[in-house]
Order: sequence, then structure tokens, then C-alpha cells
Amino acid sequence: MQGQNTMSAAPTGSRSAIAASLKSASVRFGSYTAIKDLSIDIAEGAFYTILGPSGCGKSTMLRLVSDLIPAAGGTVSIFGKSTEEARLAREFSFVFQDAALLPWRSALKNVELPLEIGRKRGVKIPKSNRTPLELLELVGLKGREDALPHELSGGMRQRVAIARALVCQPRLLLMDEPFGALDEMTRDHLNLQLLKIWEETGVTILFVTHSIAEAVFLGQKVMMLQAHPGRLREVVDIDLPGPRTIDMRDTPEFTRYSSYLRKLLETC
Amino acid sequence: MSTTLEMVSEEEIIEAEKKAAIRAKIFAWIIPLSTAVALLVIWQAGVRFFGVPIYIAPAPSDVGNALVGSFPLLMANFWPTLTEALAGFLVGNLSAILIAIAFVHNRTVERAFFPIAVFINTIPILAIAPILVLILGPGLSAKVVIAALICFFPTLVNMVRGLQAISPQALELARILSASKSEVFWKMRLQSSLPFLFSALRIAATTSVIGAIVGEWVGATRGLGALIIEATFNFNSPLLYATVFLSSGLSVLMFALVALTERLVIRW
Repeated sequence: MQGQNTMSAAPTGSRSAIAASLKSASVRFGSYTAIKDLSIDIAEGAFYTILGPSGCGKSTMLRLVSDLIPAAGGTVSIFGKSTEEARLAREFSFVFQDAALLPWRSALKNVELPLEIGRKRGVKIPKSNRTPLELLELVGLKGREDALPHELSGGMRQRVAIARALVCQPRLLLMDEPFGALDEMTRDHLNLQLLKIWEETGVTILFVTHSIAEAVFLGQKVMMLQAHPGRLREVVDIDLPGPRTIDMRDTPEFTRYSSYLRKLLETC
Repeated sequence: MSTTLEMVSEEEIIEAEKKAAIRAKIFAWIIPLSTAVALLVIWQAGVRFFGVPIYIAPAPSDVGNALVGSFPLLMANFWPTLTEALAGFLVGNLSAILIAIAFVHNRTVERAFFPIAVFINTIPILAIAPILVLILGPGLSAKVVIAALICFFPTLVNMVRGLQAISPQALELARILSASKSEVFWKMRLQSSLPFLFSALRIAATTSVIGAIVGEWVGATRGLGALIIEATFNFNSPLLYATVFLSSGLSVLMFALVALTERLVIRW
């Protein structure tokens, strides 16, 4: 019962709040249609995972939302603003598959990067209620703030990238297969840590993954995309109680969700 | 009892490993050094045994005598060459760096000037040296320009590559942070170019000395290049060999300075 509460706390708190809204959004690269007529409202505070075969436009969708590529048709809005306005207001941040840290900067200096950049383009850099040092502590890297990226493991580098993504206190966190290159143990550990961060910060998360298990484990909702052209197939509610634990993956409900998604994926 | 034994043996292993490491270090020095000494001995014995005249091939002992006996003369010619090589190194590399920055920021500039840079690079330095001496006269400036010219091209090419060597994800990060062009340059491109720059500077450290000496061959009364010509015409082979050794010593000095600076600057 208590678990149920945790999981549904964000959407019920403000049922009408929409973090991101896509209305018949399309993306074209030349004559190739990467995304066609994608419409969805992302509820504020929710954790969405995005699954789909390769070529379904998972990463493209995140890049559309984050103003990296323009929409060829339709509209995308984030907290009621255009993607550009949202970018300049630092409403969202992005975590890449490879941590994309600057190798000459220490962990702490990498986390501080977003605070140093953007004023010239008119960004009013938001104050976070956590200092960069506290964020490194939040992701479990206390004491490693002076380490250079090459001195850290892959999992640690990705945690630095997450701390960097949180430093401007975004309301929307876009994650493009952030744990895809990590071993399973590290991935499990970071999944749990990410859920903790999500609960503590109340940030809305869009999380692209290749792993059905990861999608079910993390997501309140799983967006299944279909390929050629990329479009929305189905949004599956994951009604597992929270806080989630690794053991939960052995429960019948979890297996039911996974096998449903696997069968769905086969038809995409 | 057994634990004490184990601990002692563990310490012994560490001690033995340390000794092995020291031995390996000594070997790394002794093998090339003893090979060089052996070659010198063979050279000395060969020249004496076959009775080779001193003006055709002096023995190492003759060269040693010349190094000591003509030390003031050698030094008087060492400093001008050092000055020319250093000045050429600075001028050539600085202009290559600045032009590389212009290339990276403006494609039109690159299209306009890169073919010219390639053309200049294809002219043998020995062919262009007399032209430069004719234009600039027999003074310092011609040698500096020749030394600069020989440094220029490798640094230009490496610097352009280095400035473009940021990962696509780092550039996407910069875009999400709304970074301006100058912010991308000062916070990302410049640092990511440094490893490339230093590998070019290592080349330039030795080629700038070659440039200065070639310049002195064409027209100079002072400098190691001039001394090489003079010693050759006077059949003063011991002095010629001593000058050649000093020239390569100058190159080694310049190379070591660059390598040391690289170690201090690049720690990632």
C-alpha cells in the first residue's frame, strides 16, 4: 500500500501538469522520415522509459524534445514553452550514452560546467538547491571530486554525468541509454540510485533503453515505439509497487510485463 | 605460524618485485648505452687499423679533442643557431595555430588558403631557402623565416585536426547548454586540441633546428650551419663532426623542452 503511494505520488499531486507535450510531431532527415505523427503528453514527475527496435526513433525523439533537431511538422512544447525557450531556461538536461565528460576537467569541474556556459546566449542560469559537491555526494562519488575522468570507471563517469545533468535543477531529465555500455552489476546499482534520485528530486524522466528488464524496472510507463517510420505503438502502464527492489524482477507481475513487452516488440 | 610465514613471504615478494623493477630500469639504460660505446670502440679501432686519413673519417678520439679544443668556437656558433631555431619555432607554430583557428571557424578561409599551404609545403626547403635569403638578406630574419616555414605545416594540420577532435556528444552537450561559439572554443576545442598540438611541436622542435642550419648554409658567417660549411671546405673533419654532434644536441635539447612542457600541461 505504502509502495503504491510512492509510485503514484507525482501524477496525482498535480494531475493536469504536463512536462512535455508532442502533437503530431514529425522528424525528417532529407527524404527519410525518422518520426511520424508522434503525439503524447508526458505527465510531470513521471518516469517514462522508451523501448523499440532500432530505427524506431528513440534517440531522435529525445533530440527533438531537447531542441537538438527541429520538428518537420507538428509541435513540441515543454512546460508550455517552445523547445528553444525551454533550453534557454534550462528546463531540461541530457545524459548521453557515453558520459561526454571533458577529459581535462576533474569530476567536480565537469559537474560545474553547465554553470559556466550559456550566459552569452541569454541563459539565466538557475540556482540549484544542491551544490555541485552535494550532487557528487548524491550520486555516491564523495571523495572523488578531484579525480580526472580517465581515473574513474565507466559507471562512475556516468554518475558524474548525472550529477552534471542535475546541477541546474532541471524539471525534465532526458537520458539516452545512459547505462547501455555498463556491466550488469553496475547497471543494477545505477538503476536503484537513479530511482532514488528521481524520488528525491521529483524530476520528470524520459529514459531510452534497449533492455526490456530495465524499462520495466525503472518505468511507471513504458513507451513502445515502432520503426519505419518511427511512431508510437503503445504506452504500457507498469503497475509495480515502489520503492522498487532488484528482487522484484523475479515476481510474476514483473515477468508478465516483460513477456508482454517482448511479444509487443516482436511485432514492431 | 603459517600467517607469519605468509606475511614474510609477501614482503619478500614485494621486495623482489622492487628489485626486479630497478634491474629492468638499469637494463633499459645499460643496453643502448653499451651498444653505443661498443660502436664507438669499433669505429676507433677500424679507423686506426685501416689507417684512414683524418680528413676522410676522424676517430672518435679526434672528434672528442675537437669538441674540447674548439669549445669556445663551437659555442660562439651554437648561440646564433639556437636563437634562430627558437625564434623560427615560435613564429612558425604561433602562425600555424592562429591560422588553424581561423580555418576551423571559417570554412571559406580554409578553402581559400589550405591549397596554398599545401603548395608551400611541397616546395623543398633547400629550394626555397636561397629565395628567402635573396629577399630578406643574410641577417637573422631569413633563417627565422626558413625555420618557421619548416615548422608551419605539420602544426597547421595537427592543430586543425585537434580543434575538430571533440566528440559529437560533447558538441550536443554544448548545444543543450546554449554555448556560444567562443565558449565552445575556450572551454572545449582549445583543450581537446592540446595533445594534437604537442605531437606537432615535438616534430617542430627538431625540424626548426634543421631550418636554421639550412638557412645558414645559404648565406651566413655565424652559426652551426656556417661552421659545417667552413669545416668541410677546410677539410677539418674533426671540427665538422663535432659541429654535427652539437647540432643534434641542440635538437635533443629543444625536443626535451617540448616533452617536459607537454608533461606539465597535459595530465589527462
